Amino acid sequence: MPVLDLMSGFIVELRNAGLPVSLTENLDAMEAVKEIPIEDRDAFKYALAATLVKSQNHWRAFETIFEVYFSLRGPEYSIAQDGKENDEMWREQQDLQMQGEGKGQSGGNMDGLTPEEIAQMLMNALMNGDQAMMKALAKQSVQRFAGMEPGRPVGGTYYLYRTLRNLDLDNMLDKLMEANKQQAAEELTNLEQRLEKDEFESRIEQFKQEVEAEIRRKLVADRGAEAMAKTLRKPLPEDVEFMHASRDEMQSLKKALQPLTRKLAARLARKRRHGRKGPLDFRNTVRHSLSYGGVPADPKFKYPRPAKPELMVVADISGSVAAFARFTLMLVYAIQGQFSKVRSFVFIDGIDEVTSYFKNTEDISDAIHRVNTEADVVWVDGHSDYGHAFEVFWERYGKDINSKTTILLLGDARNNYHATGSWVVKEMQKRGRHVYWLNPEPKSYWNTGDSVVGEYGSFTDGVYECRNLRQLEGFVEKLV
Amino acid sequence: MSKSFESVQVVRDGLKKVNYLADDGIASVVYLAQRLGKPILVEGPAGTGKTQLAKSVAEMLNARLIRLQCYEGLDESKALYEWNYKKQLLRIQADKSSDSWSEVHDDIFSSEFLLTRPLLEAISSTDPVVLLIDEVDRVEIETEALLLEILSEYQVSIPELGTITAKQIPMVFLTSNNTRELSEALKRRCLFLHIDYPDMDREKEIVLTKVEGITENLADQIARIVRSIRQLDLKKAPSVSETLDWARTLILLGIDHIDAQEAKDTLHILLKYQTDIAKAAKELSVDK
Ligand SMILES: Nc1ncnc2c1ncn2[C@@H]1O[C@H](COP(=O)(O)OP(=O)(O)O)[C@@H](O)[C@H]1O
Ligand SMILES: [Mg+2]
Repeated sequence: MPVLDLMSGFIVELRNAGLPVSLTENLDAMEAVKEIPIEDRDAFKYALAATLVKSQNHWRAFETIFEVYFSLRGPEYSIAQDGKENDEMWREQQDLQMQGEGKGQSGGNMDGLTPEEIAQMLMNALMNGDQAMMKALAKQSVQRFAGMEPGRPVGGTYYLYRTLRNLDLDNMLDKLMEANKQQAAEELTNLEQRLEKDEFESRIEQFKQEVEAEIRRKLVADRGAEAMAKTLRKPLPEDVEFMHASRDEMQSLKKALQPLTRKLAARLARKRRHGRKGPLDFRNTVRHSLSYGGVPADPKFKYPRPAKPELMVVADISGSVAAFARFTLMLVYAIQGQFSKVRSFVFIDGIDEVTSYFKNTEDISDAIHRVNTEADVVWVDGHSDYGHAFEVFWERYGKDINSKTTILLLGDARNNYHATGSWVVKEMQKRGRHVYWLNPEPKSYWNTGDSVVGEYGSFTDGVYECRNLRQLEGFVEKLV
Repeated sequence: MSKSFESVQVVRDGLKKVNYLADDGIASVVYLAQRLGKPILVEGPAGTGKTQLAKSVAEMLNARLIRLQCYEGLDESKALYEWNYKKQLLRIQADKSSDSWSEVHDDIFSSEFLLTRPLLEAISSTDPVVLLIDEVDRVEIETEALLLEILSEYQVSIPELGTITAKQIPMVFLTSNNTRELSEALKRRCLFLHIDYPDMDREKEIVLTKVEGITENLADQIARIVRSIRQLDLKKAPSVSETLDWARTLILLGIDHIDAQEAKDTLHILLKYQTDIAKAAKELSVDK
C-alpha cells in the first residue's frame, strides 16, 4: 500500500488512542513523509513522531501504532497453515542471510535442532552479544514454539509466553552469570558482576522485544493493521486508572508523575511569587505620604493573602486503592512547600501517622516504601474499617485540627459494612478549614455495594473522582 | 537556508565531525527541520546535549549562532527590539527648530535608532545563522506569544517600521527542561524532539570524543557504570555532563580501571544527593 494511504488510517488510530493530533500537525506529517523514504524505517519513524507527538508521555502509544501500521510486510510473516512450507521458506531466507554475511556454517539450518539445542544457541548468542544471531533465533523461535494459527483471536502475550517458556528464558540470566563465572580467568569483583548482570539483562530484554516484534508482525499480517491496533490500544499514562494499572502501566505512571510534580511545583512557586498584592492600605499610605509632602508616592498594601494552610492527609492504603494513596502522597509531598505543615496518616482497619517518614529525606519513594512496609495499619483482620480508623484518628489527633487545617480523605469508602464513624468527618469539618474526599473509583460505582462515600461526602466540602493522574493533578492544582 | 542536507546520514556524519554524537532520532529531526523550514522544540532532562545540539548544528553549517537565553521576566525589549530612547532624545533636541515634527518622527523611528535583540537580529541577518531560544520554559506562558510570529512566518512586525521578513529561513532551536507545559500554539508550530539520556554505546562515544587522553577501556567501563546507576530509582539521575565530569576526574586522578574503592570515592561527582550516592554505593556493592 502506498505510504499516503497508510497515513490516514494511522492518524485515525493515533486519535483513537487519545493523542491530540491537530490539523496542522496532520498536514506537517504528510509533508514529512515526502522527505524521508519509508525504507529508512527508523528515520521515517522519528520524522513522523516529530510532527505528531508533542509529549514524551505519548511516545509509547505512538510507537506501538507505528509498528502496527508500518509493520514489515512480506510472505515470510504469514502464519502458514502448513508449517513445513513455512519452514522451507525460513531456511531459504536464512541461508541467503548467512551467505550475505559471509558465514555459511552453523545456524544455517535449524530445523533438526531440539528446543534445548536452540536454547543453547541462544545462550551463546546472548553471551557474545551476537545481534544477528539473536534476531535469527527470535524469528526461528516464534516459528517453532509460538504455535500461531491463522485466524485465532488470541492475543500476542499468549504467544510470547509460549515462545519464551520453550526457551526457558526465565532462567537464562542465572545460566549466563554462571557460565560467565566459569569462563573468567580470575574471580569477578562484586562491581564487575553487577555490570555483567546489567549487560546480560539488557541483551535478554532486547531478545524479548525482538520476539514480541516478530509475533506482532505475524499478527498484523494475519488480522490486518486496524484490528491489531484496536487489540493493542491502551490508555495514555495520564488516563491509566490507578485501581486497575498493570505492572507495566504502574511503571509508566511513575515516570509520568515525576515531570508532573516538577511542573506543578514550579507553577505553584511562580504563582506565589507573582501573587497579587493585597488591597491598598489607605492609612499606611497616607502616613508614608507625609515624607513626600503629602503626595501618596509610595502606596502601601495590606498583607497579601492569608497564611499558608496546614494539610492533613488521611489515606486508605488497603489493596486496590494503595496505588492511588501512593501517588497522591507523592504529589502532595512534592509540593509541600505550599503548605505551612503537612501531616499524613494511613489506615486499613487501624491507623498510623507516617509524617516522620517524609521528614529529613530527599527520597519520597523511599518514604512511600516505608509507608507500605512499616506503618502499623492492621487492627483486627486487615480489611478496611473506615469507622474504626476514623475514631482512633479523632481520639489521637482530633485536637490538632484547627481553623487553618485542610483535611484530605483518600479512599473508595468501601467499608465492609462496618459502622461508618461518619460523625468524625462531621467534627473535622466543624473544626477544620476544609475537608475534601478523593475517590479513585468511577462515579458510577459510588454508593453501590459497601461503598458509603455519599454518607461521608455530605460532611465534606466536596467529593472528587480521582481515577487517574489527569484528575488528580487537576484537584491538587485547585487545592492550592 | 542555502545548502540543503542530502540525507539523514549526512547530518549524522556532519555532526560527528564537529564532535556531536547524534542518534537516529536527533539526526532525523534535524534533517527534517531543515527540509521543511520548521523550528525544533528540544525537550529532555538537563545536561543531555540540547543546547549543544544547536551550537553544533551552527558549527556544522558554518553559521553564526544567535542565542536568546530565556528567563522569568524576559520581555519584548530584550527578545525582539527596543527603541534607543537616549539617541532619539538627542536627535530631537539637536535641531529643535529646523525640522517639522513629522520629519523628526520619521527619522527617529528609523532603523538607525533601533536596538536589535536576538530574535530580530536572526531575522534580519543576511549571513547564515542558527537561532537558539534556550530554556523557553522559563518565560511566562504569556511571553511565548512573542515568539509565535517569528516561528511561523519568520517575520517581525514593528508598528513604526512595518514588517521585517527574513531574507533566509534560519534553523531555529528551542530548548526546554520541561518545568512547565508549553502552550499548544507553540508546540503546534514546532517539530518535537525528546532527547533522553544516551544509550550505553553512544555515551561511550561521547566520552571518547570529549575527554582527552581517555582509553577505550575506561570509557567503556564508565558508560557501563553510568547505565547501571541510571536504572536505579534516583532523585536525580546523572546527566551526560556529569558523566563527562566524572571521566575527566578519573583521568586527573590517573585511574585507568575503576575498582570499588575508586567508584565509591568519586560517586559524588556523578550524583548530587546524599541518598542517591548511598543507594548507588549499595547497589553497586562498593559501599564496604
Ligand atoms: N550527543 C552529544 N555529543 C557530544 N557532547 C554531548 C552530547 N550530549 C551532551 N554533550 C555534552 O554534555 C554537556 C551538556 O550539554 P548541554 O547541551 O549543555 O545540555 P542541556 O542543554 O541539555 O542541559 C555539554 O558539555 C555537551 O557538550
Ligand atoms: Mg541547556
